[in-house]
Amino acid sequence: MQQEINMKLAYWMYAGPAHIGTLRVASSFKNVHAIMHAPLGDDYFNVMRSMLERERDFTPVTASIVDRHVLARGSQEKVVENILRKDKEERPDLIILTPTCTSSILQEDLQNFVDRAAMESESDVVLADVNHYRVNELQAADRTLEQVVRFYLERERRRESFHVTRTEQPSANIIGIFTLGFHNQHDCRELKRLLNDLGITINEVIPEGGSVTNLKKLPQAWFNLVPYREVGLMTATYLEKEFGMPFVNITPMGLVDTAAFIREVGAIVQAERRKQDLPVGVGEEENGWIEKYIDQQTRFVSQAAWFSRSIDCQNLTGKKAVVFGDGTHAASITKILAREMGIHISCAGTYCKQDADWFREQVDGLCDEILITDDHTQVGDMIARIEPAAIFGTQMERHIGKRLDIPCGVISAPVHIQNFPLGYRPFLGYEGTNQIADLIYNSFTLGMEDHLLEIFGGHDTKEVITKSLSTDARFTWAADGVKELSKIPGFVRGKVKRNTEKFARENQITQITVEVMYAAKEAAGG
Amino acid sequence: MSTAISEPLTFECETGNYHTFCPISCVAWLYQKIEDSFFLVVGTKTCGYFLQNALGVMIFAEPRYAMAELEEGDISAQLNDYKELKRLCLQIKQDRNPSVIVWIGTCTTEIIKMDLEGMAPRLESEIGIPIVVARANGLDYAFTQGEDTVLAAMAHRCPTKQLPASNDDDQVNRHSLLQTIFKLGPNKPASSSKRATVDHPPLVLFGSLPSSVATQLSLELKKQGITVSGWLPAQRYTDLPVLNEGVYVCGVNPFLSRTATTLMRRRKCKLIGAPFPIGADGTRAWVEKICSVLGVVPQGLEEREGLIWKGLEEYLALVRGKSVFFMGDNLLEVSLARFLIRCGMIVYEIGIPYMDRRFQAAELALLERTCHEMDVPIPRIVEKPDNYHQVQRIRELQPDLAITGMAHANPLEARGISTKWSVEFTFAQIHGFTNSRDILELVTRPLRRNQSLQGLGWTSLVKSNL
Repeated sequence: MQQEINMKLAYWMYAGPAHIGTLRVASSFKNVHAIMHAPLGDDYFNVMRSMLERERDFTPVTASIVDRHVLARGSQEKVVENILRKDKEERPDLIILTPTCTSSILQEDLQNFVDRAAMESESDVVLADVNHYRVNELQAADRTLEQVVRFYLERERRRESFHVTRTEQPSANIIGIFTLGFHNQHDCRELKRLLNDLGITINEVIPEGGSVTNLKKLPQAWFNLVPYREVGLMTATYLEKEFGMPFVNITPMGLVDTAAFIREVGAIVQAERRKQDLPVGVGEEENGWIEKYIDQQTRFVSQAAWFSRSIDCQNLTGKKAVVFGDGTHAASITKILAREMGIHISCAGTYCKQDADWFREQVDGLCDEILITDDHTQVGDMIARIEPAAIFGTQMERHIGKRLDIPCGVISAPVHIQNFPLGYRPFLGYEGTNQIADLIYNSFTLGMEDHLLEIFGGHDTKEVITKSLSTDARFTWAADGVKELSKIPGFVRGKVKRNTEKFARENQITQITVEVMYAAKEAAGG
Repeated sequence: MSTAISEPLTFECETGNYHTFCPISCVAWLYQKIEDSFFLVVGTKTCGYFLQNALGVMIFAEPRYAMAELEEGDISAQLNDYKELKRLCLQIKQDRNPSVIVWIGTCTTEIIKMDLEGMAPRLESEIGIPIVVARANGLDYAFTQGEDTVLAAMAHRCPTKQLPASNDDDQVNRHSLLQTIFKLGPNKPASSSKRATVDHPPLVLFGSLPSSVATQLSLELKKQGITVSGWLPAQRYTDLPVLNEGVYVCGVNPFLSRTATTLMRRRKCKLIGAPFPIGADGTRAWVEKICSVLGVVPQGLEEREGLIWKGLEEYLALVRGKSVFFMGDNLLEVSLARFLIRCGMIVYEIGIPYMDRRFQAAELALLERTCHEMDVPIPRIVEKPDNYHQVQRIRELQPDLAITGMAHANPLEARGISTKWSVEFTFAQIHGFTNSRDILELVTRPLRRNQSLQGLGWTSLVKSNL
């Protein structure tokens, strides 16, 4: 009897639709253009990228519009023409045809369009291989990145001239930094700095700022780094299988995990040296060097270890917190709060349902309960029930916190423009630990202050005596005037009232009606 | 340049490859306007993601809208759509108890041919809440046209006969009584131009405006002795206006052509084809046209318009002689261009998603006249524009201002072209005499910003000027 309920009532989602993931990967590469097979209005991605990332360049995404005409007759030449047109206009290295939910149901043979366009086009053309109804934004991004890498490496392999030579010095690819990622740009800079400290050069960073023509160089690196759980693992796994490249997928977030990350990197470099019969590099002859580096950084470069010992942090001991976000950030922040700051995690959760087992394993033993859901109302109910002293979550949790009067630090996408700071704010590496410590501490103190204010009745008496000059009682506000005034948003109401009364005084009007209000607005100029 | 002046309006049509909002965005302002409504968008994650991001902070205010998110089972018709929608609507009824549920059909419901119009009446009688169906999808419509589809659907629900004496009438009586008392009092109200109410056939205005703007427009007509009998939409669904054969209707926005057609053909109303009350010139022309149809000689309008213009002088000094390029995405373009030309600007191009030349006839005529009177060339009107080509033209023309969507605004700014985000014109208060200032406030903002940053020498902020 229990039929699976499919249609869902929702107005908020944590992870976007699949095509967003494909577009994020495509537009992160240099000189790659995505063409969406979509109805008018589905190119909202361009707005997000332009606004959130404050991107100076035109987002290399256009739509091949599906309209009523296409619905009746099929896309026919339209998609092919649009691909070829873009090829001529912008000469991209690669054009990715991106299906959307609409084109999924139309079931047109997009692969056929791609094959036809590829014959005439100077650019390479591929069809993003993602099923709109099976995967979300993050899964699609992971898949598309792997698809693009595979496309270029397999083509390279078919060439006789293709030989993989590893770089002389230890080097790494960073995989999974991309546009609209939570603090990705800053994280990338921090990772590069960390690797530089360890004497490791960066081979390629993909997809952000990468060039598809350089993808053939990927196997030259000694190993791959996948800083985030959600995007890059498929690519790293492919490169491991096909080219024997090891990869590190520990997220270097927090002191403990950053140390674990460095040790793993050290071990891989040593193993590679042995494998290649290379002499041990300067300074890395023994683990001692790495351990010394970790120790120095932990105790003196990062302030987080000291911070945990300081009196400030002592006050946080045992405070209740809730963590929710993508798998990577929610797991890492949970570990930092519990292991490095002594905070009591009542609940840790993620919306990355596809990776639930991994998440459980990561936070096992560090929290009272685990919540795996992409339904924001469940998260809201959980927070309301637990009443933590602070929340660490996405923008949605920030708003839940506002409603419940609980402070919230934003630690994961989905995010708003304020989470794309111009200043340097990594979450990864040693500088990341400082940033996170600030974020956590500020969330809690604000909460404490608020609480104390509540107890002692606030800084000020809440009734502020109006400073306006217009409180004299020569005016009466007619009922319609009062009603109209009440419709004006609170933050300008006072100004409107003052201006209207000023106008009324100047014109010897004592009865203020709605007409008077608008006459005043016109005279005063808003 | 002067040769172009005598040319008539010409319309071009490009590829339709332009950026605009999906028409389902109309739920954003309509659920706020119609206080007792609930909007259910029947679509996919893509629709939901758009709404979530486009409406930003509104999402967190527990909006009276939601997505009925279709999943694979729905698409392949494994599930019973009717039962699913019933379950969701019952949940909405229980949680919010709205007076109407509006179903917004999307691209997906079109493609899988979900029969929303067929299901609605059955479900309506089963759950006891009116269900209005509007197909506001991206296959057929752009941005503001979403409102048009909703209002056209709602026009069918307007009563034909005034309900027997309700409390509302009492209120009206009491209100006018109060006014009489005030008139007798020693203090004259501000507007001395008040006229006795004229006897005229009922007039209903259509188009969703913030209630304060609706009040302003109603007052403007009241000054001419004209009474507005109702608005489509009203503040509440239960207050939809009476529509029948003798009723005159007039639109306040240029994108309401389906609603106009529905009112004329289905409700037998008489449409007053007027320019739209956007800008001081448009408002005057709008009031004048209504007056002339209802047999009223307008009074004091010219002076009123003159006063408004005088009050705008500081802004006009900024815009005079400057050039504008409308990329086109919300159908307000012709009215705005006409106003800006009257302000002394030169418009190079009016991009517009869709041009209903009949519904906009009076507006187009006013545009033409304005161009002649201001002695400027008539701008090219480009329907279904192609954004890529437009950007090329913008590079060539180097307009002082490009009115465009967010997707292009930052990249253009980085290349030294000042921009104004077009969507703001949809959400700002731009109707009536009073709000002419707000339009210019928006238009001049980039110009004023440029003034304050002048001399820093950082206009072009991209490495190559591609």
